[in-house]
Amino acid sequence: MSLVDIRDLTVTYDARRAAVPAVRGVTLSVQAGASLGIAGESGCGKSSVALAMLRLLPATAAVGGHILLDGDDIATMSFGKLRAVRWSRASIVFQGAMHALNPVRAIGGQIAEPIRVHDPATTRADALTRARELLRQVGLPAWRADSYPHELSGGQRQRVMVAMALACRPRLIIADEATTALDVMIQAQVLDLVSDVIARQGIALIMISHDLSILASTCDELAVMYAGRVVEHGPTAKVVAHGAHPYTRGLARAFPTVGDPASRGRPRGVPGDAPSPLRLPDGCAFRPRCPIAIDDCAHGDIPLQAVAEGRRAACLRAGEETP
Amino acid sequence: MTATAIRWAHRRTRAADAWRQYRAQRAGMAGLIVLAAVTILAIAAPLVADADSLDPTQAPGHRFEPPGARFWLGTDDVGRSVLTLTIYGARMSLLVGVTATVLSVLIGAVVGLVAGHFARATGWVLMRLTDWFLVLPQLVLAIALAVMLGPSAATIIIAIALTSWASTARLVRSATLAVESRGYLERARALGGGHWHLITRHVTGAVAPLIFASATLQVASAILAEATLSFLGLGDPAVVSWGTILSHANDSGAVSYGAWWYVIPPGVLIVAVVAAFTLCGRAVEAIVNPRLREAR
Repeated sequence: MSLVDIRDLTVTYDARRAAVPAVRGVTLSVQAGASLGIAGESGCGKSSVALAMLRLLPATAAVGGHILLDGDDIATMSFGKLRAVRWSRASIVFQGAMHALNPVRAIGGQIAEPIRVHDPATTRADALTRARELLRQVGLPAWRADSYPHELSGGQRQRVMVAMALACRPRLIIADEATTALDVMIQAQVLDLVSDVIARQGIALIMISHDLSILASTCDELAVMYAGRVVEHGPTAKVVAHGAHPYTRGLARAFPTVGDPASRGRPRGVPGDAPSPLRLPDGCAFRPRCPIAIDDCAHGDIPLQAVAEGRRAACLRAGEETP
Repeated sequence: MTATAIRWAHRRTRAADAWRQYRAQRAGMAGLIVLAAVTILAIAAPLVADADSLDPTQAPGHRFEPPGARFWLGTDDVGRSVLTLTIYGARMSLLVGVTATVLSVLIGAVVGLVAGHFARATGWVLMRLTDWFLVLPQLVLAIALAVMLGPSAATIIIAIALTSWASTARLVRSATLAVESRGYLERARALGGGHWHLITRHVTGAVAPLIFASATLQVASAILAEATLSFLGLGDPAVVSWGTILSHANDSGAVSYGAWWYVIPPGVLIVAVVAAFTLCGRAVEAIVNPRLREAR
């Protein structure tokens, strides 16, 4: 049985007058100890998927489908059970570490927070000792436990968030744009740290980013989302190098190769904007931006189909070269 | 240094910082000095004035003696020293003012926090209740309550608290809503924290300075309300407070007799203390909310 099993997940936000479909039927699974990257542009629904996994979406979001964490359905769980599951089975490394830390509390106490929430019998001193040990695991000196968030650099704060995610020995860590706000060197350090920690402790990872290069360096598997759907899914290296879906190829091309003169001035990325979830085109949602769209793309749903061993893509012309 | 030592050092620097900012505000300092003087006088009352002389049967002087060497502020209609009355009156006025405020801010803070945290149905119901208390004329409601509960100091405290919590509730609710949208509350929810955990660990701390500032301002109106209710005869007639002194002065015809010394001391002190609390409250507010600070 997989550690995480997302089946036909839908998330619909109730905006004032209209229902906004942010996620439209996503099916993904992660095995224990494996890592999955979810890529896509802003607004493609990747963060909604992440938040839905711990039922953290606002009350205006209607969630359909099933999310099984270790076989338990998150959607139907009682609030008490859900609270126990949060962080102890799956924890989150949030996007903005500055905002995710309480500015007026020392970070040691904040790392200790989940420990004491989940095991109220733990004394304050024991929890703080464990917090210091966690800080050492993420490469920060133990005395940093007494620092306040504003006394740390951006990279250090993100390390604190990683330490906090590890606090309850979860089996899954969800990293939602965890390194987006950092500069590239720090980003690389934090990514190394995350890869190292999850490999050593056998934790599964779901990493969400718009940056394919980050996902390529950390994840075994990659799912590319577009307009609330997974349009391609497969082993990371193959998906990045030889995308079967034209959107994946566009996304991969959007990142220039440093030092490669041939990549200079080459057409990059995908022209146009992602469609509004309120006005999705018929047929394939990518059709208006697709360089290889054909008439058939305008009709019906384009299902995710196997295109090779372990690879799926939602495209009628999967694998054909983009002109 | 140990962890707690470092944390205490942090707190000390922060407190010293806040104190420095406070000291820079002249009006706030003036208010604080007045308050300190009145509070010390109230606490030290038994040392400077004889409590027994408050008993009308043991009054040391004659009726309406003007201020002089023996009675600096003259005597009242039964011959008690107005100075002694005023000093002992400070105890009751301050006690009722502060207790009523603590009670009122407590009710207001709980209602505000709950309404802000459970912003949907519960919050809506609580806010309509708050609105109701906000639009009711405060004095009329307090008089009705005091009449219902019978004259005593506790009555006055309860009447003031029950009629003045609504504005605190509104203030705390809006601050709570602002804090609730912060990232660290989402994190606290994600790590399995329940409502109690979120409110006590994260929201209350962030809202507390605001509550404190509003409480300081509210003491002023509570003291004024106490004086009003006592003057109207709803307090315990046996206990001396500035309000009851004024009430007695009114009943005994001190004004038509021309005994100005019976009316002016408690009156001036009420104004002084109310003004002092307001000045202190404004100064604290300016520290809590830097936008209120004057540009220099």
